[in-house]
Amino acid sequence: MSRVASWPGPEDTLRTQWRNGITVLARENRSAPVVVLDGVLPVGAVDDPADRVGLSSLVSSMLSRGSQHYAYDALNEAIESVGASLYFGGDVNSLSIGITCLSEDFPLLVSILADALRHPTFTQDQFGRVLQRRLVHLQERDQDTAAVASLRFYEAIYAGHPLGRAVSGFRESIMPITRDDVAAFHADRYGPAGAIFAVSGDIAPQTAADLLGAQLGDWSASPSPRTLPPVPHLARPVSLHVPIADKVQTDLVLGVQCVPRAHPDFYAVRVANTILGVFGMMGRLGEIVREQQGLAYYASSSQEAGSISGIWQATAGVNPASLAQARASILEEIARLASEPVSAEELADAQSYLTGVLPLALETNDGIASMLADCEWYGLGLDYLQRYRGLIESVTAEDVLRVAKRYLRPEAMAIVTAGDA
Amino acid sequence: MTSRTVLPNGLTILVRENHSAPVAAFMIFYRVGSRNEVPGLTGVSHWVEHMLFKGTPRFPRGALDKAISRAGGIFNGMTSQDWTIYYETLPAERIGLAIEAEADRLANSLFDAAEFESERTVIIAEREGSENSFAYLLNEEVQAAAFQSHPYRHPVIGWKNDLYGMALDDLVRHYRAWYTPNNAVAVAVGDFDSAEMTEAIAGAFGPLPPGVTPSLPHLIEPEQHAERRVYVRGSDPTPYLEMAFHAPGARHPDFFALIALDAVLSGAKGLGIAGGGGTNRTSRLHMALVETKLAVDAATSYRPSLDPELFAFYVTPAPDVAMEAIEQVIWATLRGVQERGVTEAEVAKAIKQTRAQFAYSSDSVTTQAYWLGFAETVTSQEWMETWPDLLAAISPADVQRVACTYFSPDKQTTGWYLPKEDMDDESGLDDSLDEDGDIADDRAGVMS
Repeated sequence: MSRVASWPGPEDTLRTQWRNGITVLARENRSAPVVVLDGVLPVGAVDDPADRVGLSSLVSSMLSRGSQHYAYDALNEAIESVGASLYFGGDVNSLSIGITCLSEDFPLLVSILADALRHPTFTQDQFGRVLQRRLVHLQERDQDTAAVASLRFYEAIYAGHPLGRAVSGFRESIMPITRDDVAAFHADRYGPAGAIFAVSGDIAPQTAADLLGAQLGDWSASPSPRTLPPVPHLARPVSLHVPIADKVQTDLVLGVQCVPRAHPDFYAVRVANTILGVFGMMGRLGEIVREQQGLAYYASSSQEAGSISGIWQATAGVNPASLAQARASILEEIARLASEPVSAEELADAQSYLTGVLPLALETNDGIASMLADCEWYGLGLDYLQRYRGLIESVTAEDVLRVAKRYLRPEAMAIVTAGDA
Repeated sequence: MTSRTVLPNGLTILVRENHSAPVAAFMIFYRVGSRNEVPGLTGVSHWVEHMLFKGTPRFPRGALDKAISRAGGIFNGMTSQDWTIYYETLPAERIGLAIEAEADRLANSLFDAAEFESERTVIIAEREGSENSFAYLLNEEVQAAAFQSHPYRHPVIGWKNDLYGMALDDLVRHYRAWYTPNNAVAVAVGDFDSAEMTEAIAGAFGPLPPGVTPSLPHLIEPEQHAERRVYVRGSDPTPYLEMAFHAPGARHPDFFALIALDAVLSGAKGLGIAGGGGTNRTSRLHMALVETKLAVDAATSYRPSLDPELFAFYVTPAPDVAMEAIEQVIWATLRGVQERGVTEAEVAKAIKQTRAQFAYSSDSVTTQAYWLGFAETVTSQEWMETWPDLLAAISPADVQRVACTYFSPDKQTTGWYLPKEDMDDESGLDDSLDEDGDIADDRAGVMS
């Protein structure tokens, strides 16, 4: 039996919350002389001004380009000379932070991280470079059929709501952004409230917490509160094709809005999605679209569940000649899931996979730190991993049918393809 | 720490205990990849890999995938130029399923005609996904131009016409020739007892009869003395440049000096098997091309291989920067190393970065299993155990020497991807076209 006691839990994970709103989680793992930090800040594309979409992403790209105590060159030399990495990644409603380093270098990396978050300098020179790079990367993104299908899907499914924004923005929304916009966004939006730092590695938990506390404990900026409009639902289904020249393969994304993380239906959707597009070789979708008909190399489904909303989607990459048949097959499998109860065997298989694969997700420092950060971000509690099996096993075939019927409705669907001009 | 056993039928078994987490990885390497393929049958190794997921009498198609998922595991297969791998990572107490399944499909894969035909379009779809990228198409062209005869010239997935033309018999012949216990390495890493694991593997694979491994023809690429150029054009507005040079395989004495050169130029990448990570802004190529705003991205790549492969430069120029300007800077950077060498600090940083990246990946039994199998099939166990010392022994003089040995204008294969509209711009080919639009004659080599 898997050693459940060895999984992160209240007994072996330090959790501390500071007055300024930061939460720190730390768990020791002495298997390698390495420390991994996974952090989250509640700032993202939803906070962009409507006419400056992509601003938060530019800000996150600039955090590693110079701060008060670490000018650009010194910063790079400090990190790269010890083979470490410090990562900032902007997303729709959060900023992801990552440190990977040898244990002896963790104090240095924490110091650099704190200075980057609290005192970035945002020089005009670095801003110009980041802007130029971003414009080229947008140009590349707009030639990527999978990326284009995805971003147009999110735009469509959220019907203009900020949750549907392309995090990197578009050329038109980026070009007007100035260095002062970047500095103003940081001053207005960055602060400790709601920030999470999770550490796994070759370090005593209290030591990790103390190091972070020394650098971030007195961070006292107060970001403006975030106000978001309610999430609209689609008035009618959306179907659109984005032509891109010279493309041999078409990418397809279709899906619906679905539950946020805290919703009681989350686990039923998780099990249902595993049956639809994950279990074995990409679930029922992989079986029908790839294995039986040979229509695609990839055809699968996925569930996302954020703090405000969620998405349930299917994706596939197909030759244009196969698109109609592949799309019809996927829609047929979705309709089947929403009309026929899954068999007892399929249900048990999906539950067995979801519970059985947990040790693999928790094998590495990356996996552990990420899990701890998620547990905190979604308010799941440190005992989540101990409760997980029960949550998955409590899902019935009736639950699967109910959530499939409730969420996988054709009238609530957006279907987007990109390629084949 | 690693126990090594060779069975009477020739199977090599490598087993290492790791009790950090209650998981185990089982991985089998076959010494067959695209280097074992002939023109007309390119892609056959990768297709055989696909067919090994199409069932045996014991595990009909889909049954194995489901059994592994049901057991809480993950699985995959991969084909490269030098090997084909199958692996499963599972909760440790379930690893027996992986051992049984791999022994079974080594010998008993079905190669059903209908499944074969269905998989043709799947593999073509896999290829077409890559074809959507002009960076990929450029790389395919450069690779094929750089290698005139060695099978490394063709893509692992195969040329498209070969995929259309492949017959079931071609696959079955390939499978029977290369999928034998004596041509395989079985690796297990995880939370188990080493002796029991070895016994379980021996029990499952021992009864399988050995085969005669085909001998390969002499695969030595003729030395390149010509500058070779390829041009790809399309509607993607972002230009790309690739410049490649022949470089030795992983067992050559110069391998680690070239790894150090790669790291000095664009940051360490964990020997090419432990993943790169982090930024490379202090590296020479980044400083010369990106910090100067001539390029948006710039990197080098050099990976360990059985036979000599390529050391390549990849650059995404900044808007309105001429390709010629990029090439001049690459050559200036190379000449800098050739004429003035590199510093002790740069070499020390390269070593430290590589060791750090290796440490970062060492908490995954799947990656550890990969190192062991890779070492057995491409280098050696001793290489795997001593590489930190081999790399630490590299001096600035070694790096300077290999920069002089392997990089000169007549040894390059260089490819440009250009947006079609640039054909009329000065940043395009016009310098090399005469009044009739014919290619200027003072460059030897391949044009395509």
